[in-house]
Amino acid sequence: MSPSVRLQEMIRVIRGARTQGEERGVIQRECAAIRAQFRQADNGTRSHNLAKLLYVHMLGYPAHFGQMECVRLIASPRYNEKRVGYLGAMMLLDEKQDASLLITNSIKNDLSHNSQYVQSLALCTLACMGSAEMCRDLAPEIDRLLRASNSYIKKKAALCAVHIVRKVPDLGELFTPAARSLLCEKNHGVLHGAVVLITELCERNPDTLEQFLWKNAPVVPELVQIMKGLVMSGYSPEHNVAGISDPFLQVRILRLLRILGRNNDTASDAMNDLLAQVATNTDSSKTAGSAVLYETVLTVMDIKSESGLRVLAVNILGRFLLNNDRNIRYISMTSLQKIVQTDHNAVQRHRGTIVDCLKDQDASVKRRALELSLALVSAVNIRSLMKELLLFLSSCPPELRAHTTSGIFNAAERYAPSQRWHIDTILHVLTTAGGDVRDETVPNLIQLITTATELHCYTVHKLYRALITDISVQSLVQVACWCIGEYGDLLLRGECEETEPVQVTEDDVLDALETVLQSHMSSPATRGFALTATMKLSTRITHNVDRIRSIVSIYGSCIDVELQQRAVEYNALFKKYDHMRYRGSVCGAPSVIEAKLPECKSPVPSSGLSHTVPGPATSTSGGDLLDLLGGLDVSPAPPSVKVYEKNGVTLKLQTDSQTDTGMTITLTATNSTDGDITSLTLQAAVPKVCFGLPGCLCILYSTLVSDEMGCPDWCFSTQVQPCFQNSWDSL
Amino acid sequence: MQFMLLFSRQGKLRLQKWYVPQADKEKKKITRELVQTVLARKPKMCSFLEWRDLKVVYKRYASLYFCCAIEDQDNELITLEIIHRYVELLDKYFGSVCELDIIFNFEKAYFILDEFLLGGEAQETSKKNVLKAIEQADLLQESETTFASSCVKLIL
Repeated sequence: MSPSVRLQEMIRVIRGARTQGEERGVIQRECAAIRAQFRQADNGTRSHNLAKLLYVHMLGYPAHFGQMECVRLIASPRYNEKRVGYLGAMMLLDEKQDASLLITNSIKNDLSHNSQYVQSLALCTLACMGSAEMCRDLAPEIDRLLRASNSYIKKKAALCAVHIVRKVPDLGELFTPAARSLLCEKNHGVLHGAVVLITELCERNPDTLEQFLWKNAPVVPELVQIMKGLVMSGYSPEHNVAGISDPFLQVRILRLLRILGRNNDTASDAMNDLLAQVATNTDSSKTAGSAVLYETVLTVMDIKSESGLRVLAVNILGRFLLNNDRNIRYISMTSLQKIVQTDHNAVQRHRGTIVDCLKDQDASVKRRALELSLALVSAVNIRSLMKELLLFLSSCPPELRAHTTSGIFNAAERYAPSQRWHIDTILHVLTTAGGDVRDETVPNLIQLITTATELHCYTVHKLYRALITDISVQSLVQVACWCIGEYGDLLLRGECEETEPVQVTEDDVLDALETVLQSHMSSPATRGFALTATMKLSTRITHNVDRIRSIVSIYGSCIDVELQQRAVEYNALFKKYDHMRYRGSVCGAPSVIEAKLPECKSPVPSSGLSHTVPGPATSTSGGDLLDLLGGLDVSPAPPSVKVYEKNGVTLKLQTDSQTDTGMTITLTATNSTDGDITSLTLQAAVPKVCFGLPGCLCILYSTLVSDEMGCPDWCFSTQVQPCFQNSWDSL
Repeated sequence: MQFMLLFSRQGKLRLQKWYVPQADKEKKKITRELVQTVLARKPKMCSFLEWRDLKVVYKRYASLYFCCAIEDQDNELITLEIIHRYVELLDKYFGSVCELDIIFNFEKAYFILDEFLLGGEAQETSKKNVLKAIEQADLLQESETTFASSCVKLIL
């Protein structure tokens, strides 16, 4: 019985095992037998035993005891044993194993063997798993083979040299002369190997690159010749693939030309004609032709080509975009992505097709199309492109959502044609994919709304409508609550220019906020927003203040500490300072601005407070507060002044802007102690004498939460209720 | 090319060729993850995917997935052609190749691959030449075995 049947028999038995346990049993038995056989003297079955072991190894079982057997078999004079031995070495040994060094000598001997097939085994193994040491040892041998052997060996030696150069780049110099001379060979295999070797040498070493460009017999003309021969030659059955003559070699030559022409005008000129020829003559109906065209396009875009050629290349990519084959469309978009910065206008022409690819079934194609679409956004096409992006968002795969939303926000921020459009877009995104937006979206949007003063009425109407439809999207609900709290009076007024006004009563609005407060879908942060909004409304509505008072007092015993604290504070405002709560407009409604907290995961939104106070500007120093308020349009303000610093509490006053009728001052309070500071009361008085106007007083009743949680930029977190009084009265 | 994997639709590995050194554990991990990723793809999806920092090109032939991991600068389309060429070689050698051929003659599949690719690059672009070389090597192997066994007969 021929021994190799035993291998197949074993495979059959293993495959016949019905359970994992059974299979393990069979394999254990076989391995034991193999181990025993290895220990015996040579009995003609060694190669088959090793082959069996290699099969077992492929199934995932340990086979390290076969390593020494590989070494022994490689040293055997018999070809079949060498063959399996080298295969074993490539599978079981790698440069990290000590045993690999032991085969260096065998490889060296086999490299000079009579039979080219033995030489071939040695070359293959060296190129697959040769370590740096082995490479250094054997490099001279390889160089010798590169020069004086038949083409069968030369082509293998060339690729072996590539591996050596990758492992030990310094040895590149050794191979350079031989590599150059190999380009004169006719054999395609050798040519291919030579081109790969020269590519590797040029990529590793810019000096070598120079050498190949200029010194004795520059390669570019020669490569151009070879390429021309391939492209213009008639049908060659040996190398033909779908009508293209040796596409593998063509692609490698194009890649080498790319490296040679990259920063070099002369070289680029020399290859211009050829590239144009390849681009126009290559038939791209099958993959082989498309591969060549693809490589050509990459080369054209990378070298210093003339503009006509570049246009040709982009047009090829455009054609690829319309190809039925999904692979080609994907490739095209990858390439367009690379050139969208440099050749923006050319790529813009294909925007329509790219946007169509957003609807493709394949997630990879969708992702590419998304990247490209985002890169193509400009002031000109923002409206139409945004429509497509929003459409895409409603049906896009979940893993792309976060990226899409942030891309949309960036684009909207840069190119928004109007504030209303900007707000609409953000609201649309929040409604569609509010769960996948970044944390800073909420404060950003609030800021945007604040600055768009003419749109307050429109915005609050829109957000109210969104709120009563759906309260599951936290970011949207938070913004809606804030907006209602801030501009609730506009909502209740029942008139709006920009959109259909809602006819709501105070009860309706409070109902909506209460729903948010009570819903189990609302996160603690959202509840905080809703409670604050409810409280703010107490100064804007007239009839239902008692209802607000009762809502607030309920939450005074809420489990959530945040909410409880706020509720208690608001309650106190009702009880103790009710006579000072804002009634009527004396100095104009204060605008509460939510400041951005960089990288702070605070459940409580921070509020920077600025209110209009008549009076002279206080002197100020330092401009850090501008960062806190970020993005706010403040006229170049005088720096801020530290007005209080004691026991870890710091207060800074910053003048933001001054007009004829009023002045905006911002107060920032910092707590740098370990604990929270409660019951902080601050009184700031402005003499009423100054402009003959009643002075104003502001009272802060708050808790300054300690900033010990390690947020360096966290200034303070409070709720503040502005209170005004007609005359100065100390408390 | 960094590595090539052949696996069945059930995720069983039929061939693995690594051209970069990796620890055994790492190889197993990579194989497991990549097989899972590729098997999860739907039939009409494109043949390329980005996985870790590599580009992966795969194609399914009957019940076998042929999967190659290439570097950033490599041409994906020509890799598809390389995979196709390998399948053609196997087909010519085994005569209408099927998965069972590769299972029971895995070492021959490796020998053919090693005659077509070397160090991760194509070494011979002519189908005829690759097949001729395999044939010659097989003959050499045959003749040695016959010679050896006939020697044994003589001695006995």
